[in-house]
Amino acid sequence: MRIWRYGDDINTDMLFPGKYTYTCSTPDEIKPHLLEDLDPEFARKVKPGDIIVAGKNFGCGSSREQPVVGLKAVGIKAVIAESFARIFYRAAINQGLLLIESAEAVKAYKPGDKISIDIDKGRITVGDKEFSFPPLPKEILAIREAGGLLNYTREKLRKLYG
Amino acid sequence: MGMTFAEKILAKYSGKKETMPGEIVTVKPDHLLTHDNTAAIIQKIKEELERHGVFSSDLSIIVIDHVVPASSEKTADNHKKIREFVKKYHITHFFDAGNGICHQVVVEKGLALPGSLILGSDSHTCSYGAVNAFSTGIDRTEAASLLLTGETWLKVPQSIKMILKGKLSDNVYAKDVILYIIGDITASGATYCSVEFHGDISQFSIEDRFTMANMGVEMGAKNAVFPFDDITRGYLDSIGVPSSAYSPVYPDEDASYMEILEYNLDEIEPMVACPHTVDNVKPVKDLEDIDIQQCLIGTCTNGRYSDFQVAAKILKDKKIHPDVRLLLLPASKSVLEKTLETGVMQPLIEAGGILLPPGCGPCLGAHQGVLAPGERCISTANRNFKGRMGSKEAEIYLASPATVAASALYGRITDPREVDL
Repeated sequence: MRIWRYGDDINTDMLFPGKYTYTCSTPDEIKPHLLEDLDPEFARKVKPGDIIVAGKNFGCGSSREQPVVGLKAVGIKAVIAESFARIFYRAAINQGLLLIESAEAVKAYKPGDKISIDIDKGRITVGDKEFSFPPLPKEILAIREAGGLLNYTREKLRKLYG
Repeated sequence: MGMTFAEKILAKYSGKKETMPGEIVTVKPDHLLTHDNTAAIIQKIKEELERHGVFSSDLSIIVIDHVVPASSEKTADNHKKIREFVKKYHITHFFDAGNGICHQVVVEKGLALPGSLILGSDSHTCSYGAVNAFSTGIDRTEAASLLLTGETWLKVPQSIKMILKGKLSDNVYAKDVILYIIGDITASGATYCSVEFHGDISQFSIEDRFTMANMGVEMGAKNAVFPFDDITRGYLDSIGVPSSAYSPVYPDEDASYMEILEYNLDEIEPMVACPHTVDNVKPVKDLEDIDIQQCLIGTCTNGRYSDFQVAAKILKDKKIHPDVRLLLLPASKSVLEKTLETGVMQPLIEAGGILLPPGCGPCLGAHQGVLAPGERCISTANRNFKGRMGSKEAEIYLASPATVAASALYGRITDPREVDL
């Protein structure tokens, strides 16, 4: 498991350049351009189970969802940041990408630290330190449990129309 | 306890008497905005659309604006798929390429009304706070879900009250005010919050308010809103929307705010957001000798009539610097028509400007003025992120149309107060 450390205000153009927004939509089209202008190594070296640790306002900028779809598709286990921009946060709920907002955990992280996450208990361990994060509200958990918003909506439609 | 604008409007749309910050409510928005991304959105729900159709043909507003006219076979195919979808499901509010940028079209066509709720799969959907609407951005997947069900959840935000006091000086504009505020509060200073503008706002036209609400998301806000007043009513009258068509929402006097901030407008000077974040804001006069190769006047932030009028005043009977390309990007067809009818566009073209079709143009780096490595652009847009307009080795500065026009003249970032008219 590798931990990718980035700073504050990582915007959606850094995560996925705007020039590809209307030509790349599927996970396979998105993957090669992930974090292209931020960290050219990322797309080549990222592996399932890796974690991103970042500063304030992660995912600010455009409403494009390719960054979230891409990070989910390459198997990022979680993004832990001091804070997230709200459209990115919603998109992550809708795609089932785990985001953890914990300034304490981010500040405690030192290169080489191992990170483990217990979603059910709301606990995150960074090196030898443990932090808690608040549980998701029930409305949002329901989307997560359905495997993302589209599955949740499909269930809703089935109940409505049979 | 009184309620803020956001608390009131979310209570109204969730059928509750009151709401509290942090509460999650289910809402049915009046409209759902999508643009070129409609093609990708409908692709996600092909089967469901076939089986159940859209929730309502009146819910969607679709504007083809981001890459117009199509720049490649792929974008052309996207547009074609959108047109087919619109025909098949009888989408009422469809605006094809050439009508303008979605946000401008939504307001001009009277689709965003005081006290209404609009969600859109574009981050600058927050613009409609200019006319007292609650509007905010969502992702493509959520737009797909809304197309099918017409409803979604929203968390009731905390609110920040910004009191604007005093009067703007000459050569200082709404863009300078919002850049100043973002520089102060930072790019994440209003994250998850509803921003309300109060105070001496009668000096701000709807076009000015549009510029300011548009950039709400650049401080992380969920929405940014102006109270309804005579200026709002006057604007809606002018586009043929009678007051019987809407019910404004006013925050209560005793509403509770997370923060109350005061800004003295008299103190604000021409401002510029330097690379590569929107909160890296400095007074123009503090920058020295920054030469530029491209100037952009337009976009959903500053591509309206008054913006071109200000630029024309500065550039009339003059020529731009020979090392500069000046791009002119009207926010809509009707803005373009008005600048042509009144002769505002002509001096800009004579000065050396290149007129682009109404749309998003080079703002997101897809076409029509992409930057080369090492180039600098000063733009009236809302974002200066690294790589946004093409090369990641390029730099973008954000400023008012007056500052951009003055800069075009001298080939370096220039305070509009230095220009002899």
